[in-house]
Parts: sequence; C-alpha cells; structure tokens
Amino acid sequence: MSTAIESKETRNYLNAGYDLKSWLLTLDHKRIGLLYLFSISFFFLLGGLFAVGIRLELLTPPGDLFQSETYNKLFTMHGIIMVFFFLIPSIPAVIGNFLIPIMIGARDLAFPRLNLLSWYVFMVGGTLAISAALMGGIDTGWTFYTPYSSTYSNSNVMVTAVGVFITGFSSILTGLNFLVSIHRMRAPGMTWFRLPLFIWAHYATSLIMVLGTPVVAVTILLVGVERMFRIGIFDPALGGDPVLFQHLFWFYSHPAVYIMILPALGVMSEIISTFTRREVFGYKFVAFSSVAIAVLGFLVWGHHMFVSSQSVYASLVFSIITYLVGVPSAIKVFNWLATIYKGSVSFGTPMIYAFGFIGLFTVGGLTGLFLAAMGLDVHVHDTYFVVAHFHYIMVGGAIMGYLGAIHFWWPKMFGRMYPEVPAKTAAWLVFVGFNFTFFPQFLLGYLGMPRRYHQYPEEFQIFNVMSSIGASVLALGYALPVFYLVWSLKKGEIAGANPWGGTGLEWKTPSPPPTENFEETPVVTEPAYSYHKEEFELVKS
Amino acid sequence: MGTKFAFFPEQASSFASSVDNFYFFMVALSVFFSVAIFLTLVFFSIKFRRKSATEVPAPFHGGMALELTWTVIPFILVMVMFFWSARLYFTIVTPPAEAVEMWVTGKQWMWKIQHLAGNREINELHVPVGKAVRLTMTSEDVLHDFYIPAFRTKMDVLPGRYTQLWFKATKPGKYHLFCAEYCGNQHSGMIGSVYVMEPQDYEAWLAGAAGQGTLVERGEKLFAELACNNCHRPDGTGRGPNLEGVFAKAVQLESGQKVTADENYIRESILNPQAKVVAGYQGIMPTFQGLVTEDQLVQLIEYIKSLKGGPATGTQSAPSADGV
Repeated sequence: MSTAIESKETRNYLNAGYDLKSWLLTLDHKRIGLLYLFSISFFFLLGGLFAVGIRLELLTPPGDLFQSETYNKLFTMHGIIMVFFFLIPSIPAVIGNFLIPIMIGARDLAFPRLNLLSWYVFMVGGTLAISAALMGGIDTGWTFYTPYSSTYSNSNVMVTAVGVFITGFSSILTGLNFLVSIHRMRAPGMTWFRLPLFIWAHYATSLIMVLGTPVVAVTILLVGVERMFRIGIFDPALGGDPVLFQHLFWFYSHPAVYIMILPALGVMSEIISTFTRREVFGYKFVAFSSVAIAVLGFLVWGHHMFVSSQSVYASLVFSIITYLVGVPSAIKVFNWLATIYKGSVSFGTPMIYAFGFIGLFTVGGLTGLFLAAMGLDVHVHDTYFVVAHFHYIMVGGAIMGYLGAIHFWWPKMFGRMYPEVPAKTAAWLVFVGFNFTFFPQFLLGYLGMPRRYHQYPEEFQIFNVMSSIGASVLALGYALPVFYLVWSLKKGEIAGANPWGGTGLEWKTPSPPPTENFEETPVVTEPAYSYHKEEFELVKS
Repeated sequence: MGTKFAFFPEQASSFASSVDNFYFFMVALSVFFSVAIFLTLVFFSIKFRRKSATEVPAPFHGGMALELTWTVIPFILVMVMFFWSARLYFTIVTPPAEAVEMWVTGKQWMWKIQHLAGNREINELHVPVGKAVRLTMTSEDVLHDFYIPAFRTKMDVLPGRYTQLWFKATKPGKYHLFCAEYCGNQHSGMIGSVYVMEPQDYEAWLAGAAGQGTLVERGEKLFAELACNNCHRPDGTGRGPNLEGVFAKAVQLESGQKVTADENYIRESILNPQAKVVAGYQGIMPTFQGLVTEDQLVQLIEYIKSLKGGPATGTQSAPSADGV
C-alpha cells in the first residue's frame, strides 16, 4: 500500500499515451473498458432521451404530444438501445473488462486483440442502430415479434436488425475472452474457490453470452431473410409460424436478463464484503447460485408465452422451472444479510447503492414470482405490471449495480475519489425516483393497462402522472454523477491503492494501475475476503 | 370501484375473484418478505456499524443449517405458488362444454365479432350474464391479443390458426376490451367494450339481427356457391369425404396419422387441403386460400359443424377406423 502516495507521478495505463491512436488501437483491457464506458454512457443518454418522450406523452390520456407512429418508435428505440447497447454490455464490458484480469492477477485478458475487436464490432452495430433511428426509426417493439416485424412494419427493421446482429458478436467475443481468461490466466495460488464472487458471476454471465447470443443472431437473421426474400419462416401467410419466433427470441432474451443481472449480483458481493470487512457468507452457495441461475435461465423462456397458444403442458414445465430460479436468487439475498450480521458496516456511496439494490432486487424478484404464476400471468401478461417488474430487475437491479460498481472502482480506475456528499445525494435520488417511477406501474398493470399504449382510458392517468414525476427525479439522479465524476478526475482527493480496505488483487496494485497491472505477478496465499486487523492498523499509523 | 381512482379492475367473471385471491396471497407474501428483509438490513447495519477505523470482525464461514433453511423454505413457498397458480390456470383455459360460441377476428386495428345467430359487431361484444361464452379467435394480419381486464383473462390472437378464450360474466355492465399484443400504429386504438347483459336483454339484442341469416345459413349458401357440395356429398359418393357428423371426431389420414376434426383442422383443410388428406381419398382438392375471407371461413366451419349426420351416416366411404 506504500505505492499509494506516488500514484500520480508513476507510470500508469492512463499516462501511457495521450494521442488518439494510443486509445483507438490500444490492446490494454483497461483502456478498452474505458472505451466501452464512454460508448455505453452515450447510448444510455440516448435511450434515456427516448424515455423522456414516452413519459411526457403518457402524462395525458389522449395521444396528444406525438403521432402514434412516433410514440411506437420511441418505446421501440428506448428498448433496443437500452437492452442491446447499454444493459447487456454495461457491467461486463466496462467493469468486467477493466477488472477481471486484475482480479485474477493477470496482465491482460487471454485475447487482447479480440477484446479490441469486440469494441469495434460493438460500435459498428451501435452506429447502424443509430443510423436506423436517424433514417426514421423502427416501430416493432424491442421484441421484434413476427409477422409484424417480418412483413408488416414499414420502418427500418433491416438496418436495426443488422445492428443488433453485429453487436451480438461483440458479446460473444467478450464472453469467450472472459471464459478463457478465467480458466487459463489465474495467478499462482488463485484457485477456483479463492476467486472473488465478481469473477464467478462473470463466469456464469459469459456462459450465457457464448451459448445464447448465437441463437438470437440466427433468429434476427431469419426475420431478415423472411423480410427480404419472402421465404416463409414466421409469417403464416407464407407458411411460417409466428410462435416459433417467440420461442427462438426468448431462448436468448430471457437468459439475456441474467446477462444484465448476474454481473450486478457479483458487484454486490464485492461491495458488501468490503463495506462490512467480512467474508461473504456462504461463499460457495453464492458462487454456485450464479451458475444455477445461468443454467436454469436457459430453461424458462416459455414463461413469456403462457397466452401465446403454447401447449398448456409446456407452460406447466416452464412455470415450475421459473419458480426454481427464485431459490438461488433468494439464497443470494439471505447470504448478503448474513454477511452484514456481526460485520463492521460503513456507509460509503457504493454501500448505499448496495442497500438500494437489495431492496429493488427483492421487489423485482418477488414480482417475478407473480408472473411465473400461470393463472395470474394470464391477467397481467403484456400489461404495465410486466413493464414495472422488468424495470425493477433491469434498472433497479442492473443499473444500481452498475452505478455502485462505478463508484466502488472509480478510485481504482482514475486514482481519484469522487466527493461523497453529491454522490450519496445522487444515490438517494436514484432510489427514490426509481420507486416513484415504477411502483405505480405495478398498480397500473393490475388495473389492466396494456403496455405499448400511446393513448389510454382516463382512469389510468393518475398512476401515469406519478410515474412521469418520478422519472424526472430519476433523471436528476442519473445526471448528477456525470458532473461530480468528471470534476473528480482533476480535483478529487488522491485515492491511493486501497481506499476502501478491500482484499481483492485490484486493491494491491496502484491506482490507476500500471499498464501491465502488476509490477510482479502476484501470488495468492489465502481465500478471497480475508481481512486482517494488522493491515488496517498499518494504514492508520 | 368504477371511480376514477381504483387499484383493481371490477371482478366481473366467474374466476376473477379466484385470480384476485391468489394475487392478494402473493402481495401479502411479498410485503412480508420485503419488509422483513428491509428491517433486517436496517437493524443489522445500525447495530453492526463500524465503530473504529481498524475494526475487523471475527471471520466466520457460513453454516450449512442456515443455508439449508433458506434454500428449503423458499423452495416450499414457490412450490405452493406453482400448484395454486397452475390449478387456477387450468380453470381459466378450459372452457366448459356447454359454452355459447362466438367468433372473433382481429385485424389492424379492429375487432370483428360474429354471433351464431348472425349478428355482427365491431369493437363491441355483447354477452349474456351467467352463461359461459367461448370465443374462437383468429387474426387477418399480425398478432393481437384479446384482453378483458374485468374478466382477468386474455389470449393471443394469431393469423393462420384459431385460439380460444372463455369466460362466464357475472355482473351486467360495460367493460374494457383491449388489444394487449402490440400490433402496429393504432395498437392503442384497437380497443372496445364488452357489454354484459341480462339474458332477456341479450335475447332481444340477438333478435335485432333477425333476417340476416344465421352463420349456418350463410355457410350453407357459401358451401353451394363455392361448389363444395360437388365433391363433399352427403351420400358419400363424392370425390371428397362426406362431412356429416365429422366435426369433433377423429379422422384417419392418408399418412396413417389421426387428427381430431376441430376448427383448426377444417380451416387448414379448406386453405391447404393437401396438408392432411383423409385416408381413402386423393389429394385433389384445390386451395381456397385467397378465395374465402376469415369471416366466410367461420361461416363454412359453422355449417360443417351443423351437419350432425343424417341418414347417410352409415354409407360414408371414408374407411375411418372409428367409423366416422
């Protein structure tokens, strides 16, 4: 930890080169992580702007702000940008890229060039999606349901589909790189059960990326084939089957939700352990629960299709397996609570995000059990209840995890501390704003308001207004970090190697780390999360 | 209820209250767990807050008993949810045999309904109170979904096949009908009303369409106009199988398979006759794809359903094992 003081002067990955080429052709996983950080922040802003349009329109029952066509494009592009270009890459591509090699004690990922390629592939896909938006947008919903997407829609389906298709490859490359790195690049002594739980979570995530993404790529390709060459695959008028599309789509897109949430679960384990100075309770249970969620996640896609004309017996099987996913999810929450028990709890901003995450993930998870219930799903399927539920998981869970991670590792990435007061304010704004935005949507859904409605009957207005007001608080909470984080780059307090007293290898190298991560290859001699009183006393003196 | 501020839609079908009861159970359980987790979190965080900068709590590595407890209890709870909701689901998707039949066709962006008596309506559905109603539904274009929140039921409406939805309305009144599956531009305009009427009012309403011809009558006319009756003869001497009494019976196919002659089979046999040819016949029937509309298909099906099998039954030549 003595390296902390000179971290500003020493050579690190940030001052290794200043010209554009040193960034755009970098093979350093940390720099690639930052490239992703800037790109997905832009996409988040873009997706957020579409959401602003949606919330403004829904303030009043009649469709008076936008044309229906425009409104439909707004929610479609909001979904596509947020899901494929923000949520899926968020934690893995930014935080995972930056940290996985450091956490396992390696100099880089197994395939640095592939890693850079994945960013370029991502940007090509993203550029296509944006150009589709500029050309007039797409109106199929992010789910691309056929035969609307393959035959009827007059919007830019092909350009967007190709964009999503190409972006899928960046996911596959990232997942592959992580898997190989975790298998082959661990430092001496870093056994499987000494890995930080963040690594276990990313291992599970990578499995889904590698196994699931090809399926959605093929599916989107088939939509394109039907659209361009009129070959009947999904459109019954051409001899196809529209329900087949739903099977293929959800075979990837349900596991994709776990691509978004599993890394956040991994982040939580790191934050909670560090801020309680305690080994994560039931390490192996938490580790294997990630793998269990990833594996079971592949067998539950049909729960999106209880009213699709799918066989009722198939629905039974999908329902029961979905319920099983609830068990490993509950295991994680209880283990975190047990970690806090008799810990030494401190309340830094990342911990505030962790508390928020546990709350929102609990509500999101529990309402998932409502939707897994076949008899209840018939009523709430395709209503705002579903919209509320998946935002609790994907925004309440994944984005809380992402923001928590950004704050937790910010000092490591840039060597500077962010200011605590505005950071905590932002965390609270996000938590309160989020609940105000999305909790009313549960009520709206049970009341019967279908999703993707441009205009709606009057009795739904009150909840929609609440939701729109909450969204403006949420927007404030999201905007605030941009200012103080940028401010902190120059003005923040020098962080030192280990500002939180963490135990992971990332805290044993200077902040920001040198290009090669470690001056010499670290040797791991004890399990993850081993806190020692002597070390804290040393820091104090 | 019925005001501008409500938390639940009205309970207006036979299973609405069962769905709500299950919902209340889920809400109670969720509130219990959310509050319990929240309070535990707050309590632990305050009680075990860091007291000195160098404090390091004594490590402990978890306990099998605890892990098993919070694995087994959630498991039991989710299994209770599964069985309860699955039972509910089977009630919701299984129409009783005596249900009154109606036909629904969805298209961008309207609902068309045909009653057996011949009444047709658009974006409105009139049903009697206290009687089970079964809707057989299809779409002319993209996916739609027939959703009546007050009845707590919905079902996707697909092009190229029939799906079913049933309910027994319990309370006269006017209720929302929504399209719940995104279907393009005017998706949120594809809405209507369900009118639940007292039986005598419903009869009077039905009588309003007298003289237009019932679905069966229109189907019979169409059957003749399209020259179906040239081959499908009641005496079994035609080039196609006799259709009398065929509905809902098992049919032996040329391929050796057996299918039930339900609405979907008849529909397919009209639009794509070569798909499932009845044993003993040649696949010579031309397709009627593009020649009959969805509405006309419904009329033809109703006519075929009405052919209960007359004196010609015994002479049918299709060598079905069941003697159909």
